Amino acid sequence: MTSTNQTAGSSSPAAPALTTPAGAPSIAAAFTAPDGTRKKAFIPFLTCGDPSLDVTERLVVEMARSGADLIELGIPFSDPMAEGPTIQQANVRALSGHVTTDDVLAMVRRVRPRVDVPLVFMTYANVLFSYGIERFAANAAEAGIAGVILPDVPFEEKAEFAEPLGAAGLELVSLIAPTSHERIRQIASAARGFVYCVSSLGVTGVRSQITGDVGEMVGHVRAVTDVPTAVGFGISTPEQARAMAAASDGAIVGSAIVRMIGELGQGCVGPVADYVREMAEATHSA
Amino acid sequence: MSNSPTSRGRFGIHGGQYIPETLMAAVSELERAYDRYKDDPAFNAELTKLLDDYAGRPSRLYFAANMTADLGGAKVYLKREDLNHTGAHKINNVLGQALLAQRMGKTRLIAETGAGQHGVATATAAALFGMECVVYMGEKDMERQALNVYRMRLLGAEVRGVSTGTGTLKDAVSETFREWTRRIDDTHYCLGSCMGPHPFPTMVRDFQAVISREARAQILQAEGKLPAAVLACVGGGSNAIGSFYHFIGDEGVRLIGCEAAGRGVDTALTAATMATGKLGIFHGMKSYFCQDQYGQIAPVYSISAGLDYPGVGPEHAALRDSGRAEYVPVTDDEAVDAFEYLSRTEGIIPAIESAHAVAYAMKLAPTMGSDQSIIVTLSGRGDKDVAAIARYRGEDLHD
Repeated sequence: MTSTNQTAGSSSPAAPALTTPAGAPSIAAAFTAPDGTRKKAFIPFLTCGDPSLDVTERLVVEMARSGADLIELGIPFSDPMAEGPTIQQANVRALSGHVTTDDVLAMVRRVRPRVDVPLVFMTYANVLFSYGIERFAANAAEAGIAGVILPDVPFEEKAEFAEPLGAAGLELVSLIAPTSHERIRQIASAARGFVYCVSSLGVTGVRSQITGDVGEMVGHVRAVTDVPTAVGFGISTPEQARAMAAASDGAIVGSAIVRMIGELGQGCVGPVADYVREMAEATHSA
Repeated sequence: MSNSPTSRGRFGIHGGQYIPETLMAAVSELERAYDRYKDDPAFNAELTKLLDDYAGRPSRLYFAANMTADLGGAKVYLKREDLNHTGAHKINNVLGQALLAQRMGKTRLIAETGAGQHGVATATAAALFGMECVVYMGEKDMERQALNVYRMRLLGAEVRGVSTGTGTLKDAVSETFREWTRRIDDTHYCLGSCMGPHPFPTMVRDFQAVISREARAQILQAEGKLPAAVLACVGGGSNAIGSFYHFIGDEGVRLIGCEAAGRGVDTALTAATMATGKLGIFHGMKSYFCQDQYGQIAPVYSISAGLDYPGVGPEHAALRDSGRAEYVPVTDDEAVDAFEYLSRTEGIIPAIESAHAVAYAMKLAPTMGSDQSIIVTLSGRGDKDVAAIARYRGEDLHD
């Protein structure tokens, strides 16, 4: 681990930089108000290339304009183990259009100058591994990416990814789950960017009820680090977003957006922007 | 590039635990339980009794005299896992895991299955132990192996079809992992091969190692010396690792894994991971996988639903790296020929998976001396494959 900051409790670490070494907005920027105080972040997710990279590019611009604070860009993977049917199908749609990691990086280079919010990748270990982790890190950093979320890389396996990503100025986001319990302290102590709190058991997907004790999970994180937390898995309504953001530092919404994209196709941009605006307002009001 | 220093369960560079955080508590609980019970005399006595009285072990090492005479070379011995209860080696691992799950207080087994043999074995153990059982099976495989689907239901299991991806074994594995993240407290994932995250590759190998523990003693008794080679088919690789394990230290014994080449390793219709795959990370492990240049897992093909998997267990990957074991591709045509050959020559109908190992034995034995012997593991029996082989030969026969 090359991490040097993020200590617990009463010590006050230096405020994290709001830009990456490559000059793009960092993850910390999403959780930082103009006056430097902590703010609630609304974090939408989409799968790149679903239904096309042109639509993805327009969605990213409109999401940022509608109040998104950080955008998760899914690089499609053939066998996404942590995803429910909605996002699985988005991966199938994107890959059926032959979208590659290089195509996604090229899209990021195009859209990066058009938005002022941080962008992170969400994908699976083999996408980075097959590309070459160091080469991926260098290309993603150069494109203006701030971090990477890898749901199939737990704490025990993270150094293999976190070190090359960190060397390129990218943060590997750590996840905690309702089953993490005594693991949370260890995971949070080494966390960078933000801690992704998985709200419930199971895979991604819209839920009528959040079953995990999010307040307790966030409390364990806050006991050891100042790194912000954001809650994902199952959030689709403004009420859920407000409640989860109140219990943490942000709300992540994936399947609800991906479902709209899947249903509306090319015509999804306006409705998704309206939805993001409503969800962002709810999150910011928490 | 190196693995993380905190990683557990490595075979050389392979293995590890590349799984969602939600499952880490479950695999850690399993690891602790396995460490506690693997050398526990009471646990092992109970498992041995189950293997002997219920599964019918030890399995025979049969000298295939007709085949030996016909091929004209090394003496061919068949390790008869096909004679086990439920008709394949899968029961060895399942009884071990079910007993462990019971010790852990679990009341529900979930499993993936390809050909249906592991699903049948898991459903069988669940019936025996009074546990609930859900088996995930690709919809394409449910069609290919309709009889095993009915068999699982007969045993009281629920079979859930998986339509995502290619509708085969890899998708069934993914879906079983997803189900495990939904329900962990009362549920054990009874993984069917020496793959997935640690501790599965080690635990499954240990439960299957009974094959080589018996075979080594049996061949020494029969021949007075070690065999020149041990052959087994490899999909994920559990019958092969079980067949190899107690011979790994015997340097003179060649260990040969026979993987499914489908229509050939130079076609897209293949499942030969060692011949065509590259290093990757999938289904919880670092190992070799069939994939494209961007790491998308490739659709694979084999006539055998049990070998139709785009990866291979991490210990096999390490055995290949070290050169201790060799891996050879065997085509559909060769396997079907061997299926028919063994049926006619010895009166033994092998599983189409096992027929891949028989096919390579038919090439290898004639090149060797009559003072040498080889062991071919018959991982399963071929009743389940008869209709599919008939169709392959152009006869419209259905289960």
